[in-house]
Amino acid sequence: MPDDVWREEDTTPAAVEAALRRMFTERHKEERAYVPARVMNMVVIVDREFRGEILNRLRRVGRFHPSRLVLVAVEPGRQRLAATARIGTEDAPKSGSIAVGLERVELLVGERHLTKLDTIVDPLVVSDLATMVWSPHGHQEGVDALRRLAQIVLIDSLDEPDVEAALARADDLSSDTYVVDLAWLRSTPWRERVAASFDAPQRRKDLGKISAVTVRHREDSRAAALLFCGWLGSRLGWEPGAMAHAHGGWRGHARTRKQDIKLTLEPVDQNPPGLAGVTIELASGQAMSLDRAPGGLCARRRERDGTERSWIVMGASRGEGGILGEGVRQALLRDPTYRPALKSAAAMVG
Amino acid sequence: MTVLDPQTLGENPLIEGLERLPVPATTLTIFGVTGDLSHRKLLPALYNLAHEGALPERFNLIGVARREMPEDEFRAMAKDAIRKFSRREPDPTVLDGLLSRMHYVGFSFDDQPGYGKLRELIERLDADGGKLNRAYYLSTAPEYFPVIVEALREAGLNYDDDVDVRCVIEKPFGTDLESALELQRVVEHVFREQQVYRIDHYLGKETVQNVMAFRFANFMFEPVWNRNYIEHIQITAAEDIGIGSRAGYYDSSGALRDLVQNHMLQLLTLVCMEPPASFEADKVRDEKVKVLDSITPPTPEEVYRNTVRAQYTAGHEGGEEVHGYLEEEGVPDDSRTETYAALRLEVHNWRWAGVPIFLRTGKRLARKVTEIAVQLKPVPHLAFQSHGSVGVQPNQLVLTMQPNEGVSLSLGAKIPGSSMRIRPVNMEFLYGSAFMSQSPEAYERLILDAMRGEATLFTRSDEVIAQWSIIDPILKAWAADDQPLHTYASGSGGPAAADELIAPHRWRGL
Repeated sequence: MPDDVWREEDTTPAAVEAALRRMFTERHKEERAYVPARVMNMVVIVDREFRGEILNRLRRVGRFHPSRLVLVAVEPGRQRLAATARIGTEDAPKSGSIAVGLERVELLVGERHLTKLDTIVDPLVVSDLATMVWSPHGHQEGVDALRRLAQIVLIDSLDEPDVEAALARADDLSSDTYVVDLAWLRSTPWRERVAASFDAPQRRKDLGKISAVTVRHREDSRAAALLFCGWLGSRLGWEPGAMAHAHGGWRGHARTRKQDIKLTLEPVDQNPPGLAGVTIELASGQAMSLDRAPGGLCARRRERDGTERSWIVMGASRGEGGILGEGVRQALLRDPTYRPALKSAAAMVG
Repeated sequence: MTVLDPQTLGENPLIEGLERLPVPATTLTIFGVTGDLSHRKLLPALYNLAHEGALPERFNLIGVARREMPEDEFRAMAKDAIRKFSRREPDPTVLDGLLSRMHYVGFSFDDQPGYGKLRELIERLDADGGKLNRAYYLSTAPEYFPVIVEALREAGLNYDDDVDVRCVIEKPFGTDLESALELQRVVEHVFREQQVYRIDHYLGKETVQNVMAFRFANFMFEPVWNRNYIEHIQITAAEDIGIGSRAGYYDSSGALRDLVQNHMLQLLTLVCMEPPASFEADKVRDEKVKVLDSITPPTPEEVYRNTVRAQYTAGHEGGEEVHGYLEEEGVPDDSRTETYAALRLEVHNWRWAGVPIFLRTGKRLARKVTEIAVQLKPVPHLAFQSHGSVGVQPNQLVLTMQPNEGVSLSLGAKIPGSSMRIRPVNMEFLYGSAFMSQSPEAYERLILDAMRGEATLFTRSDEVIAQWSIIDPILKAWAADDQPLHTYASGSGGPAAADELIAPHRWRGL
């Protein structure tokens, strides 16, 4: 069944909301199995000329998509609102099963609307559902205007070339919203594997003996590397020190009561954004490392006597579509370790 | 070897906030790896765990089956099974990685020297980086469970000073009370209870676990969740298909053993249990066992009064004519195996005394549905008596496990118009619309839990014995009864006798 579509130039939020309600009633009359998805609202602020690219990215998030998407396309110089509303279903319903509905509103706004965007978007979000905001092309004033009604902000700290500014912005947003940072989510498999490496009782005591951490990352992904170091530091009670640019990378120290931990960030050539590898060394000479490899991560362990072993930790790449989908899914969960990691990372650049 | 006490070391501080908790390095041995369950569920589940990066860093799978087979042939067979039955398209690199960790040993399960070969292989895999935990998954015909368990002990594979050894046992755990007790005697002679993980895959289903979440995370239902407000409960597990090619298994099992003794009694315990103090394995299972212990095993007279068994006859399935059970290939002409069972049970405790709990399950019924329906009592005084409406109906809360997973609450609402006419409307929560993510297969969760030593979703020995204690008298009474079985037409809602069982109430429509 094709999507139902409504369009209006020079419109108002109330008119869009009325159209959505009308379309829902009509759709339900025609298709009794139609059930609107009720997971969350997602408001995406984009440059009009790149809206297609963002819509393509959202299509690739698979089943993790929001139930109501409000796409705010910013057109320079636009004075009046225009809107398109459409409702449809994700898949053709199978016999005896429900057809989960999806609702999408596209608003065309000018820059002048951004500082009051909350008054435009508020009537268009489903009440009592969590609302997430994502603004991949900047437009921070639009995000700030929506902080009143949004509970979650999706960011990618890698989008901001100035790492210090990226971490500061994430920290500021964290003060009144829950931040889902794609740069953080890209490091999830790395964090899981490092946690697993030290999980056996005989390995757990080694966490107190870490003497050096080296994080390899794509050139533009230093924020991800810092967040990873921040995570280790915040979980293990390290006092972070500022890092300095040296030998093409960044070096610094974190401190515990017993010892200093040498921290090194090394940019490397790689296609996907995020981390490329991690090496954790112990004062005893033991070390473990993880690096990207076909079909997962290549793990290496060096024992005290110098013997080395390596193996593949299996796992398929989620791809950038999968990361965005994971971001949408994570919006409804809460990770208590991000903010302390962020604070620790910020101290390393500050 | 120095033994470290995790208590003194404390929790691993790095696992906080992670959704996927670490799984210890493990060699998993599947007995019966060439069987249907392994092909359809276990191997695809392992692939999906590998795909998601959920398997431990060091992981090996050893397949054991009776026939000799080169390792390459086993890997090719596993690859085919994964490609055919995985819930996602396999990533070739991950699949190759998983296959490279698969090994095979062929021997008859009662051939003790075969276990020596298995031991050699396990130790060879240990040599590459240190000992790994051992998990044995018994996915064979049930008569081999005690044979394998005993043989593992003979081979010294049931315990290890340095690593954890676990034994996962598929259902059915026994075919009646006596055989379950006998199997348990063998199992407890070889393994400590903490090492044993009895599978009831229903418990791995998200929607089944949600019964507990629904009850214990929502305060509004607790005040009415008792005999004062609940009139009766119906638990239904209906299938719209026949026995297919499973005549051999099904005819010796029947609906009561196949679904009631395990899955449906699990659902009953989840609905009726008291809130556990925490979600720890034994705290949850203690509460479930208390419910089972509160169901008095029926006397023969009570079996006659409170149970119905029936067989499907010819009828229609999806518009097509289909055979009756006795005409199915492989079913003896004089078979008295039930394809339908309905029971009335009561939980004799303070909360539930006097509340009948009706269970029904059957093959070739009108529709496939698994649900728990909780019928509340009618309002004490009917103020709305307007004609022209169905009137005020008691509230009904329905927890649906499949196909449309969710929770539905029926409420009385005013029909728009000038008079006060009431009709029931539904307030619904649907998993499919509230969580857009795909649920993992039950076996994925259960395999990971078993490797992690997390036993909450597995059946404890006293639990399985308590289940059989309820079912065994019914089996015995049915075996002694030579009256003709009730019948029902394929594609119908079940036998008329089941309607009499539930009267004056009515079964929910399928």
